[in-house]
Amino acid sequence: MSRSAKFALSGAALVAALTLVAAPAAAQKAGLGREATPEEIKAWDISVRPDGKGLPPGKGTASQGEQIFIAQCATCHGDFGEGRDRWPVLAGGMGSLTHDRPEKTIGSFWPDASTVFDYIRRAMPFGNAQSLKPDEIYALTAYLLNLNEVIKDPAFELNEKNFASIKMPNTANFYDDDREVSEKHFWNRKPCMKACGVRRRRR
Amino acid sequence: MKHKGRNVLSGLAWSGRGKITRVDVTLDGGRNWQEARIDGLVLEKSLTRFYVDFDWQGQELMVQSRAHNSTGYVQPTKDELRKVRGVDSIYHNNGIPSAWLVRANGETENVEIG
Repeated sequence: MSRSAKFALSGAALVAALTLVAAPAAAQKAGLGREATPEEIKAWDISVRPDGKGLPPGKGTASQGEQIFIAQCATCHGDFGEGRDRWPVLAGGMGSLTHDRPEKTIGSFWPDASTVFDYIRRAMPFGNAQSLKPDEIYALTAYLLNLNEVIKDPAFELNEKNFASIKMPNTANFYDDDREVSEKHFWNRKPCMKACGVRRRRR
Repeated sequence: MKHKGRNVLSGLAWSGRGKITRVDVTLDGGRNWQEARIDGLVLEKSLTRFYVDFDWQGQELMVQSRAHNSTGYVQPTKDELRKVRGVDSIYHNNGIPSAWLVRANGETENVEIG
């Protein structure tokens, strides 16, 4: 890089830093930083909740999702979500939760379809996160749900309005943390201190 | 373990609720326990340092620790935890898992006690 270009860049950085410090009153106490703008917050606010809140407008079918999946996802997850090498398995494993080695996938284990959308939107593909548009994410979600036999029709159009109608097979097996009840015998007890687990000899 | 005679065992205890109020330590795989000495800052949800002074003459040791917190919770053994949660539970695995086995020659390794 030429010397003048380097100087211009560092000058620009300095100006930006000064702009950041000249902040609204709330951040002025320590003279550091500034409030995030509404646009910045909106760009980060991409969570999708199980009740559907946060879903952006958009639509896609499993057939459309298949093309995207093969192009962007199958290298790690396999064409049918069977997982390649050590990358996660996304489909299958139905009924395996009681086996010695349960196979926990979207269909066999996940309680909420919204997690598929949320996770893809936030973090996938690995190494190029947040590159997908809402329509693509609906299509991919539909494809994954189709692989897991939650959506039977590959032409079914998944969108933000009908998303809540998707029912996952394993939802009922999740329950709120109940350790204060189911593990209450771990509280307020006097554990053994001497000769624990040692059986006394009869005389 | 390198030296016979007086030694100090030290560890860290932590709880997601409240403060660490007590740590029990066993040197014989859970048959007998003693209260460790807690020293240093004791704050909520913070690592808390404990110590046990002991005499080592080359005997085999199986060292475990057991934490108590200010809500009255006493750290369960892995077997107690498995009884409630089965063997596939991964998160919140806070049971006393294994022991540090110290051999007569001082070599130390991690073992699971039955």
